[in-house]
Amino acid sequence: MEGGFSSDSVGSGGGKLDPGLIMEQVKVQIAVANAQELLQRMTDKCFRKCIGKPGGSLDNSEQKCIAMCMDRYMDAWNTVSRAYNSRLQRERANM
Amino acid sequence: MADLAEADEADLQRLVAAEQQKAQFTAQVHHFMELCWDKCVEKPGNRLDSRTENCLSSCVDRFIDTTFAITSRFAQIVQKGGQ
Repeated sequence: MEGGFSSDSVGSGGGKLDPGLIMEQVKVQIAVANAQELLQRMTDKCFRKCIGKPGGSLDNSEQKCIAMCMDRYMDAWNTVSRAYNSRLQRERANM
Repeated sequence: MADLAEADEADLQRLVAAEQQKAQFTAQVHHFMELCWDKCVEKPGNRLDSRTENCLSSCVDRFIDTTFAITSRFAQIVQKGGQ
């Protein structure tokens, strides 16, 4: 067989490390780290927005606020992400 | 056999570099959120209104403009200081 290796990286060697498998693990680890980062920051921001004087428990309005805040935080995240991406493309076009 | 391993390694380096670039982008978005959420979002409602969305987009652009402005002015300051 000519060539000997294909560009799709699943099981390309004999007994060597599989780049495809390694990349899957790398992507998962990155995704997990990102989710942790997101949750930590979201918690911070939503605590500030929703909880005034801390009481004996989270009342109904606070819980509703937290739920809405989470959704808005993720909406904002998407908006910022799109804006940043657009700006990067504009800058690259100008180079 | 050794050539196969080398090709795999080069592939891996490329793929890892691509993931690193994506991770850098994500880290920047987190940073923008840190600043822009406070500036743009008042009380979280049922959706983001267009004023808030515009504020968030502008916030990203103005932060980047600020970065450029500071970088170039700082270079001038350093240059003058060197005389």
